[in-house]
Amino acid sequence: MKRFALAGNPNCGKTTLFNSLTGSTAHVGNWPGVTVDKKTGTYKKCAEPIEIVDLPGIYSLSPYTPEEVIARNYILDESPDCVINIVDATNLERNLYLTTQIAEIDVPMVIALNMMDEVEKAGDKIDEALLSSRLGVPVVKISALKETGLKELMEEAYAASLKGRQGKTVLEESALAHLVGDVKIALKGQGVKDPLFHAVKLVENDSIETEMHKETVPMIDEFKATFEDDVFGGDFEALVADARYKYISKHFAPALSKKKTEKFSMSRSDKADKVMTHKIWGIPIFLLILFAIFHLTFSEDFLYLGKIFSLPSLEELGLLTAEGEPLNYGVRWLACLYDGAIFSPGVIINNIWNNMLVGELFGWLGGLVEGSSMAPWAVGLINNGIFDGVASVLSFLPPILVLFLFFSILEDSGYMARIAFILDRMFRRFGLSGRAFMPMIMGFGCSVPAMINTRTLADEKERAATVRVIPFFSCGAKLPILTAVAGAIVAYFGVGNADVITFLMYLLGIVTAIVAVLLMRNTTLKGETPPFIMELPAYHAPQFKNLMAHLWDKTKHFVKKAFTIILASTIVIWLLTHFSFAWKFLEDEAINESILAGISQLVQPIFTPLGFGSQLGQYGWVFVVAAVAGLIAKENVIATFATLASCLVAMANQNVGGLDIAAEEGIDAVQAMVLATGITVPALISFIAFNMTTIPCFAAVGTAKAELQDKKRFNGTLIFWLASSYVVSAAVYTIGMWWWTLFLWLAAAAAVTSFIILRNKRAKAKAV
Amino acid sequence: MEKTLDTFEIGDVGIVKRVGGEGKIKRRLFDMGITPGAEIFLRKKAPLGDPIEITIRGYELTLRKTEAACVTMEAEG
Repeated sequence: MKRFALAGNPNCGKTTLFNSLTGSTAHVGNWPGVTVDKKTGTYKKCAEPIEIVDLPGIYSLSPYTPEEVIARNYILDESPDCVINIVDATNLERNLYLTTQIAEIDVPMVIALNMMDEVEKAGDKIDEALLSSRLGVPVVKISALKETGLKELMEEAYAASLKGRQGKTVLEESALAHLVGDVKIALKGQGVKDPLFHAVKLVENDSIETEMHKETVPMIDEFKATFEDDVFGGDFEALVADARYKYISKHFAPALSKKKTEKFSMSRSDKADKVMTHKIWGIPIFLLILFAIFHLTFSEDFLYLGKIFSLPSLEELGLLTAEGEPLNYGVRWLACLYDGAIFSPGVIINNIWNNMLVGELFGWLGGLVEGSSMAPWAVGLINNGIFDGVASVLSFLPPILVLFLFFSILEDSGYMARIAFILDRMFRRFGLSGRAFMPMIMGFGCSVPAMINTRTLADEKERAATVRVIPFFSCGAKLPILTAVAGAIVAYFGVGNADVITFLMYLLGIVTAIVAVLLMRNTTLKGETPPFIMELPAYHAPQFKNLMAHLWDKTKHFVKKAFTIILASTIVIWLLTHFSFAWKFLEDEAINESILAGISQLVQPIFTPLGFGSQLGQYGWVFVVAAVAGLIAKENVIATFATLASCLVAMANQNVGGLDIAAEEGIDAVQAMVLATGITVPALISFIAFNMTTIPCFAAVGTAKAELQDKKRFNGTLIFWLASSYVVSAAVYTIGMWWWTLFLWLAAAAAVTSFIILRNKRAKAKAV
Repeated sequence: MEKTLDTFEIGDVGIVKRVGGEGKIKRRLFDMGITPGAEIFLRKKAPLGDPIEITIRGYELTLRKTEAACVTMEAEG
């Protein structure tokens, strides 16, 4: 099968083209780490099926950012049959800069002039025949979005792939032509593949190339010594870049004829930006948008209508039975939308999904199993082990998707880049760039894509620091832990307000992240604040098709996880809690004799300073088990609660009247565990804090490993997560129990800070 | 009149004369099209006066003042 690679600048519509070409047959796969984060799919409407590879978006083939190295190595080493270079026609000059670099590689190449619809809408014209003759490669006008010109593009690409191509450089016209030509001949003599490309890079003093062709370097330096230039003072990297842009302005820019003659006109985007990135209002607007997103997703009082108009609850309307259950089926539906207040869209979707769909389905399935003639252990395994576990995992698919949808809209519309622009100044104080904000905020959805997104950060140390703190931005899977435990605290102890506790825990995560970044950037990951040079894309309305594709991808990923790794681990945990070391089946009541109890009791004392260790007595190990299960997937924490709570309830049945363990959100399950263990409020909060800041799930750990690449740094990261969760939870617990320990913690923090400052000062003095 | 890009005010226009700075930053500036002869228009400043947003080669780019200080400009008007 032929292989075509898509290469182009970030945000030039590459992924849209990829989706349009491969359609629904797209097989989206992530290769973690060192290899490539490339997507592949198949295009079928050509003479033969063609594999399409979507490379990361890049501005140049320089050796400075990981994406650039990935794309460069792919084109050089994997020799695709054709490179389709996507050029954003609305931004011709800068996009063609990359084109001039790819053109130097001996690979067939076709240019796709994308976003032609927008160029034409503005009344501008592009002469593609002129471009094509100057570049010596076919140029096809397309619109990836409207799917025009795609067939023609692929036919040109197919024809080009049959012919082969010799690299060509725009430097031929510059003063460097001789130098490049001589180096190329020397490399060709050594039998080097793509001699022209390597020659140009060697002249540029590219660090990857000078490593690769060590023997040739002295010769090149000799050539260079004879080269005279007074503008750039012998800086060949600058010379080459300058020559490229000079050539582009001279030969390619005339292909574009603009309708408007004024140079710096106000577009619609600019008018929007006047407000969105306003000097004073920019930050308040950003906070408002963030608040609106969380309100739309989680609020049980949409726009505070319930409070403002003091709307009556269902009970006051007489729609509930004496037991507080809805009167009939219709009222059950109504209860999904309204109870003394109109719920926000996120909550409504959540209620319909959980109360009407998932709840019904698993209730029905559980009834079937119950009624069958299976052995009691099998019924227990299927109902309590498998169904309860999977149901509780599926129950929070809605909030994840709704939150993810909003973030996709922010990203698609171009506002995310503005946020980085607004916040850069603040982030710099912590030793990060405004760009680090994007992966961090994505962390609220899921750590895995967030960690992959750190590739946009050029600085290795900044990347490492960002990857490490991403799990502290509490992801969707940790939300159920928060709602369940916070809900139980309110319901059981009657203290506080679940929303406030949830909000404060999110805040705790953010503060921990900030402190940790500051700490790392001043100790183990010291370094200059990385540069911040970023394109601000024009605003555009988010594409419905794109959003749905994102969501569908997310859902598939999540459901797959629920039915594979999470299902497997709930089964293992159920087995470990229902069998003794002698491999004898145990009734729910005898959970204390189980294998898991034995292991957990062993490690339980370690957690004593955190509040859920030895002080909890004979059933206290359940919290330890839940936390350990969370290392596999954070969804497991609540799934484990559900499994363990039903055992605990069976033991202490008389005490738990009115609690429904299998109820969604796990609040009742946590209450049952509180009842059985006598855990305190500070310890429960410490438990949340521990789960939020400790080693994330398997998937995130794997991603971190792949992204960090350096083994030592990865091990350091694991230790960092363990240490930070231990310290944070211990602080939460002790301060919650004995308020005066706050002073001890403050004193310790002050001591650490002054030690680091002193040490850094001394190091600096030494360096000078 | 020659001055560095970080001293530009909103609405100022100029031509790039020289680009300095450490290798990585300089290369990045070049790759984004800030090369001698290019025309730059200072469009906007972020809430705290930094970073800045410029128009170059027909698109919008944002960079910090520290990086803008590497760019020497010939100011117009």
